Amino acid sequence: MADYKKPLPRPTVASVPFWEAAKRHELQIQQCGSCGAHIFYPREVCPECLSANLQWLKVSGKGTVYSYTIAEAPTHPTFMEDVPYVIAIVELAEGPHLTTNITGCKPHEVRVGMPVVAAFDDVTPEVTLVKFRPA
Amino acid sequence: MSIKGKAAIIGFAEMAPQKGDGAKTPLGIISEVTREVISDAGLAKNDIDGLLTGWALGEYSVLWPSVVAEYLQLQPRYFSQIELGGASAAGMAWRAAAAIEAGMCNNVLCVVGDTRGTKATGMKPPAFPRLDSEFDAPYGLIAANPGYALIARRHMAEFGTKPEQMAKIAVDQRKNACKNPTALFGSKEITIDDVLNSRMIVDPLHLLEIVSPCTGGAAFIVTSAERAKSAPNRPVYLLGAGEAGGHCGITRARSLTTSLVKPAAESAFKMAGVSPKDMHFVQPYDCYTITVLVTLEDAGFCKKGEGGRFVEEHDLTYKGDLPCNTHGGQLSFGQPGLAGGMSHVIEGVRQLMGRGGERQVKDATIGYVNGNGGIMSEQCSLVLGVQ
Ligand SMILES: [Zn+2]
Repeated sequence: MADYKKPLPRPTVASVPFWEAAKRHELQIQQCGSCGAHIFYPREVCPECLSANLQWLKVSGKGTVYSYTIAEAPTHPTFMEDVPYVIAIVELAEGPHLTTNITGCKPHEVRVGMPVVAAFDDVTPEVTLVKFRPA
Repeated sequence: MSIKGKAAIIGFAEMAPQKGDGAKTPLGIISEVTREVISDAGLAKNDIDGLLTGWALGEYSVLWPSVVAEYLQLQPRYFSQIELGGASAAGMAWRAAAAIEAGMCNNVLCVVGDTRGTKATGMKPPAFPRLDSEFDAPYGLIAANPGYALIARRHMAEFGTKPEQMAKIAVDQRKNACKNPTALFGSKEITIDDVLNSRMIVDPLHLLEIVSPCTGGAAFIVTSAERAKSAPNRPVYLLGAGEAGGHCGITRARSLTTSLVKPAAESAFKMAGVSPKDMHFVQPYDCYTITVLVTLEDAGFCKKGEGGRFVEEHDLTYKGDLPCNTHGGQLSFGQPGLAGGMSHVIEGVRQLMGRGGERQVKDATIGYVNGNGGIMSEQCSLVLGVQ
């Protein structure tokens, strides 16, 4: 794990709860207490109504593949060993889109619209990335 | 009130793109194209009282407009940095016109220059936005390639767009590049099979559908419509402009397949009082083939979802029924660092001035230019015309 070379997130005061939840293998996003919007990535105000009244919400982690690409060449030198790998946008059941990887199937089996579920990847002792696998 | 017809581009200069880092710094490139553009416009250095500049990957710093003014010993009464990625040049054109119309200045130098990397300056490359680094980069969504591949894949899924249709854009633009002596890739035409057999980089995008970054720079000068009458070149009037934004990372775009080109182009055509069918050519920003396809749809040249069939059915070469990126586009001309989509604006101007040489579009008097920055994040559309 110590030799993990790929880019790691650097949590901010706004996003620590998200990454802490991921470490517990929970997917949490924010919800606006004023307008009800589901929010991702984590913010300090609701991007719809600019309210600071935000709550953390544990969600199911279910979603669908909105789009994907198969990286046949590394998109960064540190991803060399992973080629081919799937970079995807997943649409959560609650609405927000997030960037992720699809694991647990062959890259060419991924389809737009495919149901997926969160699959947590403990890439270092400190960081868990939220990936998805076929549901 | 609008800026329609209030200002004109009266001169341009463009360095031939070079592979690799090149032997000049970005400021050195900016200096050379500035000397050339002032001469082309029939002006003297002291006539330049406005300065708009982009940013350079090879030399990225704060206070950049002052750095450029100091290096060139200009004394602008209006100056700024336009940081709209590949939409910067188009963004400069209308801002220059607006500043002139507002009485801030008379002759605005719009200039960019960039190197492939930072070797010439020994500086560090600029960082990506913090939020992209936190939520995209850990999954490999880094720089532009995968972002545009996500757009292409979604377009294919929603509308049945085919890889060979996207490839046709690269093929036609290469034909244009073969008539452009300064194009980096202008020595040999390519076929749809060549594109589809080129290395898959980020499925569904192949190597020949992806720009090749290089070293280069370009400049144009905007002046008032009144002063343009005495310019040595045929003045190219800014007839319409429109701009749109709203996301940085593609994951946060409201739609992957309907882009911000739509509102930008609508504004530009509305200001100009014309429609896509009136255009004699298009110079849409082309970092990838899919960028051109989506731009043609959203600018209204065909219906949403029909871009694939549209590019198949139309000849996009300089001799065709919809000449598109007549310089070869960045795909074949080269993409000078972050030179901000200058090549599209300049090719539009070149065609309208009648200086297109072997690739001149016959009787071209009006055309559409689009600048696109980031991952379809920044859009600026222009309608340019001559009288
Ligand atoms: Zn809200």
